[in-house]
Amino acid sequence: MSAEFVQLSLVPLLVGILAAVTCAIPGNFLILRRQALLGDAISHVVLPGIVVAFLVTGQVTTWAMLIGATVAAVTAVLLIEAVRRLGRVDSGAAMGVVFTTMFAAGVIILEQSSARSVHLDVEHALYGNLESLVWLAADGLHAFADPAALADLPPALPRLLAVLAVVVAFHVIFWRALVVATFDEGFARMVGVPVRATSAALIVLVAVAAVAAFEAVGAIIVLAIFICPPAAARLMTDDLKRQVAWSVLFAMLASVIGFFLAAEGPAIFGSENAVSAAGMIATVSGLILGAAVLFGPRRQRAGTPSGV
Amino acid sequence: MSWDVLFAALTLTAGYNAAVVAVGAALLGASAAGIGTFVLLRKRALVSDAVSHATLPGIGLAFIVMTAFGGDGRSLAGLMAGAAVTAALGLLAVDAITRRSRLSEDAAIGAVLSVFFGAGIVLLTIIQTMSAGRQAGLSSFLLGSTAGMLFSEAVLITVASAAGVVALYALRRPMILVGFDPSYAAAAGYNVRRIDLAMLLLALVITVIGLKVVGLVLIVALMIIPPVAARFWTDRADRMVLIAAGLGALAGFVGTAVSASAHQLPTGPVVVVTAFVLFCLSLLAAPQRGLLASTLRFRAFEARVHERQGLLAIARGEAVYDRFTLAVLRRRGLVRPDGVPTLIGRGAAAAALRDEARWEAYRRLEPGSPLLGRYDGLTPIETILAADQIAELDRRLALRVAAP
Repeated sequence: MSAEFVQLSLVPLLVGILAAVTCAIPGNFLILRRQALLGDAISHVVLPGIVVAFLVTGQVTTWAMLIGATVAAVTAVLLIEAVRRLGRVDSGAAMGVVFTTMFAAGVIILEQSSARSVHLDVEHALYGNLESLVWLAADGLHAFADPAALADLPPALPRLLAVLAVVVAFHVIFWRALVVATFDEGFARMVGVPVRATSAALIVLVAVAAVAAFEAVGAIIVLAIFICPPAAARLMTDDLKRQVAWSVLFAMLASVIGFFLAAEGPAIFGSENAVSAAGMIATVSGLILGAAVLFGPRRQRAGTPSGV
Repeated sequence: MSWDVLFAALTLTAGYNAAVVAVGAALLGASAAGIGTFVLLRKRALVSDAVSHATLPGIGLAFIVMTAFGGDGRSLAGLMAGAAVTAALGLLAVDAITRRSRLSEDAAIGAVLSVFFGAGIVLLTIIQTMSAGRQAGLSSFLLGSTAGMLFSEAVLITVASAAGVVALYALRRPMILVGFDPSYAAAAGYNVRRIDLAMLLLALVITVIGLKVVGLVLIVALMIIPPVAARFWTDRADRMVLIAAGLGALAGFVGTAVSASAHQLPTGPVVVVTAFVLFCLSLLAAPQRGLLASTLRFRAFEARVHERQGLLAIARGEAVYDRFTLAVLRRRGLVRPDGVPTLIGRGAAAAALRDEARWEAYRRLEPGSPLLGRYDGLTPIETILAADQIAELDRRLALRVAAP
């Protein structure tokens, strides 16, 4: 493994894989609960959350970002419910009112404040900047054992590792509650599973995963890694544990293939400039979903006659 | 923000070019909100979000193709044509995923939206590195920009938006029918699938027209927020379309003016926030369903209940302690400030007690009567029963009082 690879490519590659896996795991439950678009709404309101957190604290720290994004996600969910009830419209339309407005407000505040000059800019907020996560202090794999080099490691990597650990722990500990609350709310209430608390926890978890992946892939492409791997996995199996395993596999495949296509693909056409890795990861995850829609063994609803 | 520039933009005196842009944005807002109303009635508001994000790869491809053939890659008409092609592919992809697999529509929308957007970003980064790439301008399609818009572009947007309004008018009847009752529409001989398709295609065309002004990330807001706001003002679909179109036009017009008058403000977010302000005003001030109106209605109802209960207490000779009840009675001149009933108050109390007694008698006389459902402790029985029925009730009451 060359020093150049460790300096320029290793961290973006790892961040891409970690982000995709972190988002794909809760994505399984978003798909099953038909809340895929809630993931859309939450990933959009991460931007105003981060911007406001920056204005309040004056810096872009991990905790400020996490808290800001979580508060924004919870606010958005409450507002969506309020608009749905007061306006008597379906939840899709209520989401459309809330997340577009919050995102627009985030962009305006960002453009008008000093946040732009420090760390954030609108275009990277939309589609991330995976390539910027270089680790110049490293000159080989042994840098992982060198405290001086580790100090220079992009903070996105340890942050994603921690969030992935939280996501995995949440799913392992609350697996039964999640499954029961997702498939049969009435039964879940009967056996004493706190249905509302489980939904709320899932929303917070999605917000945390979205903010951890935000720096790498931005507000819109993050939706691709929330939805495409689990959706493709859903067409592979009827067993939920296997579905989660498939989604993790698809997420890793999409990020590895996407990353190398973005870095090396243009060279095939004689261009030395790489293309957007985040965009390519989204594209590959979409191709995986397309293949699953066409060929997945469980692509039809149970009981659908063949040839329809 | 410069107030002079804002005032000039709002009064269409900021120059011919700016005036055409403002009129175009207003027409765009009207047509987007109009088609958005039909899409909202069909409960498919966020399908347009997938469509609008799916325009990005088309913009990139159109630029690459036009540059490859030696033309100007930034020709708005060419970019719009490319955008329409991939937007249609996105629409077909949503349809194909929901029909060919067991995934639900929301998963299909999310997948198409983000994957097409990602592919578009890949194309934008390719364009950035192309030697011919004067790519400046393409990223303005993300969040919209009217700054430096060419006169010919403004005219194109204005004319196309006006055509969108005409198409909406022509298709309004079948779309309303399908929006309310698809099975009746099918029974009446309409092809529901085709009407749905026409509706989404019209939404697609209006999305493409609005790309330059509002941007693809947020144009869906112009199709959702004004119709949801209009829902507060009316329960009739035809009026809802008109009100939504009016609100959309206002949002487009004011939003472009504000964004033109401030430095570094992309047009799309400003238009969306303007639309949201109109939404909040509707939520508060709409005559029937607004928060203000329903709060006032609730307070009036509360006061009527307290007045009635207070009067009944007076008639039975009980003391009234509840402060709100006393305040209501005092305000209506039914009790004196010291709590003693006035002459009018005693009359009203007797009337309330008699009304309760009559209802009670009627309940005993005709236990199965559906009219008993109208009893709510507030409605006077005179408004429900005829005079001779009440006379009969009074006769029975008198007998009961007379009997030992």
